[in-house]
Amino acid sequence: MRRPAGLSGVYFEDRFNYDSLRDVLRQVMAGAENTTEHGMWSHEMKNQLRVMLYTLTIALILAALWVVKASAQNPTPTDDEVNRIAHQLYCPVCENTPLDFCPTEACRQWRDLIRQQLSQGWTEDQIKQYFAEQYGARVLAEPPRTGLNWLVYILPPVIILAGAFLLFRMLRAWTKPPAASSAAGSAKEAAQDDYVARLEEELKKRK
Amino acid sequence: MFAEIGYGILAITFVIALYSVGAAIYGDRKKSSAIVESARRAMLLTWPLISLSAGTLIYLLITNHFEVSFVYEVTSRSMPTYLKVTAWWGGQAGSLVFWSWLMSAFASLVTLRKWDRDREFLPWVIVITSITTAFFLGLVIFYANPFTRFWQSLDGKIVTSMFAPLNAIAFFPQDGRGLNPLLRHPGMIIHPPLLYLGFVSFVIPYAFAMAALITGRTDDRWIRLTRRWTLWAWLFLSLGLVVGGRWAYDVLGWGGYWGWDPVEIAAFMPWLTGTAFLHSVMIQEKRGLLKHWNMILIILTYALVLFGTFLTRSGVLSSVHAFAQSAIGPAFFVFIGATFITSIALVIYRWPELRSETEMKSMLSREALFLLNNLLFMSILVVSFWGVIFPLISELTTGQKITVGPPFYERATGPLFAGLMFLMGIAPLSAWGNSTIFTLGRALWKSAVAALLIAVFLFFTATKNILALVGFFLIAFVLLVTLVEFWRTARARQKTQNENFFAALLNLIGRNRRRHGGYIIHLSMMLMAIGILGIEVFQVQTQGTIAVGQSLSLSGYSIQFKSLASWDDTPKGVNYTRAVVDIYKDGTFLGQLAPRKDYYFDSQQNMTIPGVRSTLKDDVYVLLVDWQPASANGATFKVFVNPLVNWLWIGTIVFLFGILIAAWPEREADYALAHSKNKAYEPSSAD
Repeated sequence: MRRPAGLSGVYFEDRFNYDSLRDVLRQVMAGAENTTEHGMWSHEMKNQLRVMLYTLTIALILAALWVVKASAQNPTPTDDEVNRIAHQLYCPVCENTPLDFCPTEACRQWRDLIRQQLSQGWTEDQIKQYFAEQYGARVLAEPPRTGLNWLVYILPPVIILAGAFLLFRMLRAWTKPPAASSAAGSAKEAAQDDYVARLEEELKKRK
Repeated sequence: MFAEIGYGILAITFVIALYSVGAAIYGDRKKSSAIVESARRAMLLTWPLISLSAGTLIYLLITNHFEVSFVYEVTSRSMPTYLKVTAWWGGQAGSLVFWSWLMSAFASLVTLRKWDRDREFLPWVIVITSITTAFFLGLVIFYANPFTRFWQSLDGKIVTSMFAPLNAIAFFPQDGRGLNPLLRHPGMIIHPPLLYLGFVSFVIPYAFAMAALITGRTDDRWIRLTRRWTLWAWLFLSLGLVVGGRWAYDVLGWGGYWGWDPVEIAAFMPWLTGTAFLHSVMIQEKRGLLKHWNMILIILTYALVLFGTFLTRSGVLSSVHAFAQSAIGPAFFVFIGATFITSIALVIYRWPELRSETEMKSMLSREALFLLNNLLFMSILVVSFWGVIFPLISELTTGQKITVGPPFYERATGPLFAGLMFLMGIAPLSAWGNSTIFTLGRALWKSAVAALLIAVFLFFTATKNILALVGFFLIAFVLLVTLVEFWRTARARQKTQNENFFAALLNLIGRNRRRHGGYIIHLSMMLMAIGILGIEVFQVQTQGTIAVGQSLSLSGYSIQFKSLASWDDTPKGVNYTRAVVDIYKDGTFLGQLAPRKDYYFDSQQNMTIPGVRSTLKDDVYVLLVDWQPASANGATFKVFVNPLVNWLWIGTIVFLFGILIAAWPEREADYALAHSKNKAYEPSSAD
């Protein structure tokens, strides 16, 4: 958690100290300006309290502005905004049908739900997660990267790389024939082989 | 009565097909050509018989015999006759009869050829094709019978069975449910036959491969014998895929043609191995290498053909449990497993005899590049296969259903397709046997620089999208390399033969049709790639509800809503809702489009027909999504602008042209040989 600068001290020590916070709040509620059960408020403490209150107020105003701005931008989400998200989701009933063009009544309702969620300021990820939790991972265009599902992503590259490696090895073995093997056959055999090979070639051409 | 006749004929054909398998094996062992001939004649009987049975099925379909459950499911009184005929392959049981019918047709065709020099293959080709026919007939007879009828028992229950149950009377429904409207589109009428043609014709090279393994005649004779079959198979399968895409574009209403749906991938996988096979057999013919690999590729193709049919027919995709409940699924599973294991066992048995005849000399030789091409095709296969299979595994092991959708496939296969394009650019200029980086570089650098300039030009004028720029660079590179190659060789011929340029070009193509047909196919693939890249990277869409007179705008276009009408066509059993919109581009009126929604009463299903304005630059694709019935003044439209997509279909026509050049039967071999003396010009890396 990132700490706002002016708030270190009494109740922000190394971690958030709820007990001190409760104490401070109790003091504020009681309207104790000068006295507490713990004794006098130090000047320093009062300053810190003021800073905290100002910061809180500003944060609240900012948050309110952000919400207002978001809803002003999105009075009712357009079809395109809905479809952009619906396109990444799959109909939970029909197989392999993206939600944005699925013609069923259920999907129409799901699209309306997305519209509602958008107008409430939900983000794309929140909506996707909501659908995944409600209807299972099958509504996502790709399996979530967890557990067994990793196999989907890992196996093809592993097989392809293995294939490429094998092919490379084979090619290298072929293009650099070991010198020993050519010496193995007797000269006569080699000559005969040559002859047979040529005969085969000729026959092939005639076929 | 007709139902019994149709079923009876199928049962007899099944027995005959099994007989031809047995007789062929027995005849081969006894070295009796008479028994093999008997097997051949038995196999020749299967096609007329299945035709007869199919004839009775078609008769039942067009005469509204709704007491037959298949007829009830796929037709209705309101359907026109031609649709009732094509409903034959509109349902599971009928489509399996269709499969066996095509299979026996191809098997008959191949056994009608002259076998003089290849006697030893004949019995085994009969065995393999007849086993496949028998398997599909068996599925029809035992599991998916299109001739079963409805029966009503005394307590009013309605059951379906082939023969009358005890105390039951025949039940005649008034009308059928009708074909799914999506399947009434011309694209869907020809898409399954094309795909099935591709599927069954790949069985022929497989049968010859097995015959070669069993007889031990493992030279490249089987490849030469089936070269043309393979090309035709590939043609049908490719066309089937494209027509399926066109159908999706025209009726599915999502503005695209390919969605990486498992059903699509099921047909795509045999295409991948088939394409790899087409390329790698050339290495065996030219250099005597890769014999094992070609065997494995054709076995995989056969297995994937069966697997594709299995995926779409067993219901396994909707749920693994549906698969377990359907009887047809396990039968398929066992058959695929058995044929696959047997085939691989045969390859292992013949392993020593399949050794390469020569050595590979260079990593940049054409054969080495072809191997790389095979690696890429296999990689796309691995991604596709795993993406289809993994959801099933997940459901079986954890019970969790998951979706593996387009983002997965696009990310994984994109670079692989780019690699294939790159190879398409460099491989035609590499030589068989030997190439070095210098010879290749000298041949390629001009085209590469020109393509780079095109990409830079596009960067400043059209797009900053890096994916698109890489794609267009590769497309330009391949197009340039191939066209320059045509130009260069035709010019050379022009000089030596004193022909004019076009005569030289035509003669050049005629002299080596396989090679130049292949180049034309490469060109067509690049045209298709332009379309694919256009729609993948630049597609934009918008949706909105507008009143009459209002417009939606999208990338310079404006779509103005003019009117909407809805009416019933009672004889056809359809309600049409048709909107009329005006299309403007930057204020200029371009024309009207009429997107529609058709509601079919019999099957209670909608069909969305887009209004499309198609140009070489882009398609404006308007869908009627929804409308207000009460006021009729507001309607929801979805509009897509699909840049460049037309090049996909243009590429398909060029593709057809290329493959016809490559696959059209050659003149007699002797004639060609006699004329081969005046070989004034021959490229160094012939074929």
